Amino acid sequence: MLRILVTTLLLCLVSPSFAANIETGDATLDAAFAQLLERDFAIKAQGVDALARSGHPQTAELLSGLLEGRLRYLKKQKRLVWMEQRDDGRFAIDVFSEQDYGKFSSRKFRKLAINNAMRGQIRAHLAELELASPDADVRLAAVNQLLDNPAPGHATLFERLLADEQDPAVQEALRAGLALARLSASDPDQRRAAIAAVADSLEPAVRNGLSRLADSDPDDGVRADAAAALAKIEDRVAFYGHVETLFFGLSAGSVLVLAAIGLAITFGVMGVINMAHGELIMLGAYTTYLMQQLMPDMIGLSIVLSIPAAFLVSGLVGIMIERGVIRFLYGRPLETLLATFGISLILQQVVRSVISPQNVPVSNPEFLSGLWQINSVLALTYNRLYIFIFCLLVFAGLFFVLKYTRLGLQVRAVSQNRAMARAMGVRSARVDALTFGLGSGIAGIAGVALSQLTNVGPNLGQAYIVDSFMVVVFGGVGNLWGTLIGGLGLGIANKIMEPWAGAVLAKILVLVFIILFIQKRPRGLFPQKGRAAEG
Amino acid sequence: MFLVRILSGDTGGKVFLLVLLAVIVAVPVLNGLPADHPAYVSTYTVTLLGKYLTYALLAVAVDLVWGYLGILSLGHAAFFALGGYAMGMYLMRQIGERGVYGHPELPDFMVFLNWQELPWFWYGFDQFWFAALMVFLAPGMLAFVFGWLAFRSRVTGVYLSIITQALTYALMLAFFRNEMGFGGNNGLTDFKDILGFSLQDDATRIGLFVASGVALALGYLACRALVTSRLGRVAVAIRDTEDRTRFIGYKVEHVKLAIFTFSAMLAGLAGALYVPQVGIINPGEFAPLNSIEVVIWVAMGGRATLYGAVLGAIGVNYAKTWFTGAFPEFWLFALGGLFVLVTLLLPRGIAGLWRRREVE
Amino acid sequence: MGGVQELFRRDRVFDFMVPKVVDGLDLSHGTVLYMEDVSVAFDGFKAIDNLNFYVNAGELRCLIGPNGAGKTTMMDIITGKTRPDTGTCWFGARMNLLQMDEPEIAQAGIGRKFQKPTVFEHHTVFENLELSMAGPKGVWRTWRARLSTVEHERIDEVLELIGLTEHAQRTAGALSHGQKQWLEIGMLLMQNPLLLLVDEPAAGMTHQEMDRTVELLTSLAGDHSVVVVEHDMDFVRALNSRVTVLHQGSVLAEGNMDQVQSDPKVVEVYLGE
Repeated sequence: MLRILVTTLLLCLVSPSFAANIETGDATLDAAFAQLLERDFAIKAQGVDALARSGHPQTAELLSGLLEGRLRYLKKQKRLVWMEQRDDGRFAIDVFSEQDYGKFSSRKFRKLAINNAMRGQIRAHLAELELASPDADVRLAAVNQLLDNPAPGHATLFERLLADEQDPAVQEALRAGLALARLSASDPDQRRAAIAAVADSLEPAVRNGLSRLADSDPDDGVRADAAAALAKIEDRVAFYGHVETLFFGLSAGSVLVLAAIGLAITFGVMGVINMAHGELIMLGAYTTYLMQQLMPDMIGLSIVLSIPAAFLVSGLVGIMIERGVIRFLYGRPLETLLATFGISLILQQVVRSVISPQNVPVSNPEFLSGLWQINSVLALTYNRLYIFIFCLLVFAGLFFVLKYTRLGLQVRAVSQNRAMARAMGVRSARVDALTFGLGSGIAGIAGVALSQLTNVGPNLGQAYIVDSFMVVVFGGVGNLWGTLIGGLGLGIANKIMEPWAGAVLAKILVLVFIILFIQKRPRGLFPQKGRAAEG
Repeated sequence: MFLVRILSGDTGGKVFLLVLLAVIVAVPVLNGLPADHPAYVSTYTVTLLGKYLTYALLAVAVDLVWGYLGILSLGHAAFFALGGYAMGMYLMRQIGERGVYGHPELPDFMVFLNWQELPWFWYGFDQFWFAALMVFLAPGMLAFVFGWLAFRSRVTGVYLSIITQALTYALMLAFFRNEMGFGGNNGLTDFKDILGFSLQDDATRIGLFVASGVALALGYLACRALVTSRLGRVAVAIRDTEDRTRFIGYKVEHVKLAIFTFSAMLAGLAGALYVPQVGIINPGEFAPLNSIEVVIWVAMGGRATLYGAVLGAIGVNYAKTWFTGAFPEFWLFALGGLFVLVTLLLPRGIAGLWRRREVE
Repeated sequence: MGGVQELFRRDRVFDFMVPKVVDGLDLSHGTVLYMEDVSVAFDGFKAIDNLNFYVNAGELRCLIGPNGAGKTTMMDIITGKTRPDTGTCWFGARMNLLQMDEPEIAQAGIGRKFQKPTVFEHHTVFENLELSMAGPKGVWRTWRARLSTVEHERIDEVLELIGLTEHAQRTAGALSHGQKQWLEIGMLLMQNPLLLLVDEPAAGMTHQEMDRTVELLTSLAGDHSVVVVEHDMDFVRALNSRVTVLHQGSVLAEGNMDQVQSDPKVVEVYLGE
């Protein structure tokens, strides 16, 4: 032990003192950087503090440069520089004068080494600086940053800030921070009051502080309070965890519903087994890709325009399939299955031959990326959220068409009693073609949505065809509500099982479940009613 | 006597069996000719023909349930693959210490996954008799359990087709998992020998070809015996009007279950003969596409004529070999077109072209 | 709870110990079919409403009623196709039909002819009869089955009876509507059932054929019990049997044809107010 101490001391003594000769033109900074160039991390840490307190206008910039490692020391010139990586080498630019010193080999740059403890320290200092920012979001992020790196002085700092803070979110974070700082107060009563004050917070820092108290506080009452508060918080965290699972499930389910809902029309209402349904989805996804190729600068607009375009493309292909093949096969479901399967192979190969056998890139527009941060444990991604909303809109639209339009009335009439509908003057051939086109068009719309979530390739459709049929059969053939509930339900079930079973096994289990379910209720969750459904 | 009874009225079948017999005898003889002889059949071709014969057996199995019982199974490739895996497991165990890692007991992929001991379900597969038993039992059990559930609750028609497809899809996903212990993605391969004969030897390949031919002939006769028995007539009765058959006192579920299980076993046998000839079995064999392809062979050849199934299987696969060699781009167009044209224009298949017209 | 109480009833053996299908029909009470308090509803619509219906051994009974009166549903219940919501249904005194499925009921001795003639279209007339023949129908026995001389003769006999001898080797799908009706009756005869349920046998028949059917059905009664559902009043009158009128799922009137026809309730149902 002693020997180590001696060695350290000796090292300090013999360490070369070139460290002192950084020239910044500011004495405080010179001193701070002198400490930063030392080898001992304890001294370096003092240097960081000194830099932070220097009051220099570029303090924040320097600190973040230090954190990111861009801030270097050019030995010969004794200047602090930004190291800039360009295509033809590394360039040095003076921090203060912004003078470009030209290209240097990387050995000429001296790195200002920092360790992890110092990184936390620097972040905390940066946060303090950011606390003065006029932007509320920046302030909130800064407060949260401080919460993650607790320090003794924070309590007073938070108190001071709280007095001037107007933004409610920042206020709340500050209060939590204050209470957190008070968790370390010496008086047990103050600690207990602080526990009561943070009991509603979901911040990870608060949870860490509470669990520290629950484990090792000398006072029994404080330990008990902390444990109780912690348990309550954990319950809420778990609750939000469930909300998140539910959300993931709903969004996964929305994808299933979108993929299946067109099938619910062609299979459910018309009784046509369309194995090419997956490929109609694929065509929708490729339409999105082509639209983006047409207007590469307006990704957002192209997505919006892709929706009607995909509806038309898939719808027209659907009508062609119906007129060209399916209408000759009505009443022969197994043959229809085989013929449409053949069509699916042809469509896949068309895409492979005409566009590319590989997956194509489809970009996501701005408004679909990002997070909606509800609280510190629950954040929802926008693309999943929009998919869910989109799914509900498509469902509502379809429901409206079937329920309140002339076409919808005719579709329902033909599906219930073809002969009678024909006798009433419904042109059933035209209705068949349009219905099939409608179902196919919706598959196209589903393709637009899927292009934002998965890879777009010739095999896109195959991945969804089995799932889609499962959803329709599970929900009950001929029942749109069944498809909605069935799809969302299966999505949620999948996501609930995923954490302990893994994605693939969860999928297998869901398939097995449906296979067993169909044994029990061959007509699905919501069977079609009446004697007409018999036989 | 027995043969005469089950083949009476089956001209196509008689022709097919005679041709098959001739091929089984002729191919090994022609393979023995010198390589520059015009009638020489290369060992590669022998193996290719052997593969077609196993496909034909699979098609016969599918035709039995689809043509005569009305169950359109979109999952028969699963039974084929299970039989193949049973055989593959035996072949893996035969590798012994000759694997890349040289482990005396564990197949290479298990050593690679850092497994310490053989999983229990691999026990016994070092014995040929056990593997041979499992070739029938594994697909048979699956078909029995699945059929028992499905037929008892009277799932029929398209619904049944869709859940058979889901079944094979689920199995494919399962077999892709490394944890299942069947080699995951890569499946089972690098086989060395079977019953002590090297798989690289021409003689072994001829032997496997002949075995496939004999299995096809026996499978054909067994199916023929079935469809000409009263049980076969009950099966057709179920296909045409299931309810009526029930009301005259037949337990429809039992009949379906028995024939479906038998058919699955035949498919398993076909798979078991297929694997040593192609040298690999992987989860891709479970792909729903494979099962549907078998159905189109049958539809093409002529549903409810067993020899039609054979004809379709060999014809389509010959076309596939030719296309993928000459125009790989166009094979899926051709196959897809076949699906559409056969269902639209040839509902009774090729066999239906010269078959006596019965009831329209 | 009801299930538990059932176990403590002293007058009965435990349910699970009673064999479902009993050898030989117990006709000691002279009644072949008991339906008591049977109700069944489809989505709220009561197809059968508290129905009580008995058939005596050897009786010929006609069942009439307007469309939707529940005639076909009633046959569905007897043959096991539809399960009633409430009520009991016994075949003889010892066989509980509600615990048996369609093949078991058929094997126990209830034969049914459908409203729309359903025969096995791809089989020959002969094969249709062969398949319907009474006897063991398990999978193994069916697979091993070979036609014996006695059985062959029996089929020839029935062929003669239904007038299809020269059509024996034709596929059933090629027969005329009336011939199919006859074939289906023949299949019913091959089953040799104790109770025959015949749904609209006269539909599509010529007058001569109808007369022959009447003759056949009357000759069957005695050895067999026969329930005939029919719309054609002349045909029912010709059968000269007891008539039950079904209306809205329950029995409206019962008696011979004249009694029934003069019943004001029946007149009201058939003619409206």
